[in-house]
Amino acid sequence: MKQCLERLWNGLIKENPVLVLMLGMCPALAVSTQASNGIGMGLSTLAVLVLSNLVISLLRKVIPDQVRLPAYIVIVASLVTVTELLIKAYLPSLYEALGLYIPLIVVNCIILGRAEAYANKHTPLLSVMDGIGMGLGFTVALTIAGALRELLGNGTVFGAQVLPEGVEPMGIFIQPPGAFLVFALIIAVMNAIGIKTRQRELVEGNGCDGNCAVCASACESRPTPAEKLTEAPKTVEAKAAPAAEAETVKGGENR
Amino acid sequence: MSSNSLILIIVGGALINNVVLNQFLGICSFLGVSKQMKASASLGAAVIFVITIASAVASLLYDYVLAPLGLDFMKTIIFILVIAALVQIVEMFLKKTSPAVYRSLGIYLPLITTNCAVLGVALTNVQNGYNFIECVLSGFGTAVGYTIAIVLLAGIRSRMNEKDIPAPLRGAPIVMISAALMSIAFMGFGGLSF
Repeated sequence: MKQCLERLWNGLIKENPVLVLMLGMCPALAVSTQASNGIGMGLSTLAVLVLSNLVISLLRKVIPDQVRLPAYIVIVASLVTVTELLIKAYLPSLYEALGLYIPLIVVNCIILGRAEAYANKHTPLLSVMDGIGMGLGFTVALTIAGALRELLGNGTVFGAQVLPEGVEPMGIFIQPPGAFLVFALIIAVMNAIGIKTRQRELVEGNGCDGNCAVCASACESRPTPAEKLTEAPKTVEAKAAPAAEAETVKGGENR
Repeated sequence: MSSNSLILIIVGGALINNVVLNQFLGICSFLGVSKQMKASASLGAAVIFVITIASAVASLLYDYVLAPLGLDFMKTIIFILVIAALVQIVEMFLKKTSPAVYRSLGIYLPLITTNCAVLGVALTNVQNGYNFIECVLSGFGTAVGYTIAIVLLAGIRSRMNEKDIPAPLRGAPIVMISAALMSIAFMGFGGLSF
């Protein structure tokens, strides 16, 4: 039971697929123009993710290792086709709003990433919980971003007017550049919080956990005498940052 | 069909409806590989190859197999299999001919399969009811747009390495802010007309 809850927490916060692992950015950026679209996309992905994790986990001893990726893709594509037909039949307005991005759930990195990283090594129950956790994390991230973009770009949240009439909404936020901006800011805020916690842990002397990038930025924001004297550390730090990203991107694979 | 509309398909795919900056397809590799100019250029070339061929094959399959048999709903599954096979071929080819490029692309080469741009273009083509030539051109234009975007971003990022960026913005956020500015610039192409 504890393990199941840990999976949920892991997907929602610790390894949030969009904001921490940077997986599934394409649909996240594209459909977050409205909070309701974010929820719709998030829940469709959640459904596919839970089912694909379940099926792949059940078949994990049957599928030969060499052809596992094509096998996964076929499983996911079939599930997505079913989901697409269901949405088309029962939620036509959502189908209109999400359009091309529903079939594109097939190539959402989160789904293959979780299949490869988790479902093919764990029991069906844990895999389903992992799918729910990751799917909820995706839904929450999309909904928050969608609500922010809708609020700034249109003055509404979930279609209800929030900004007073006199305030002119900034249309750029519901256009493509706004997606990049909003996600950049959300991730920056999460980083800032992460650096704060890291600093506190460093002060308490918890030592190294192997995440050098976060560690480095934590040190960077506490200026040391050496940094005041010379420019050199900054360059080193700056080079550490892209490395951090490589870790994040590959993170899904390693786990 | 005039040659004008064919040019419009290419330019529209490459600049006006830029696949990365406007439609958000292929973001994973766009953010992941754009660290080095060389790797992004070679990924761009691989993507041009894969997308052009994939849209041609997908168009033929759809027109002559899926549509006559009424298997329209199978298109997602069929297309993704075609793409996966193509990527496998490109991977084997690159491994043999230029191992250096193969290594620098690393995990992102097999991930072209899950590059939404490839499947996205194939599906959009079918949705728009393009014929064979239009499909190939639109695939090519889209892929050129992808290459332009990723090479430009790689250029920006190589300059960013030297700059002192506030700690929370390091890594992904600053790259996405750059992408936002590029996207604003590309919105300017919306004014192009023929």
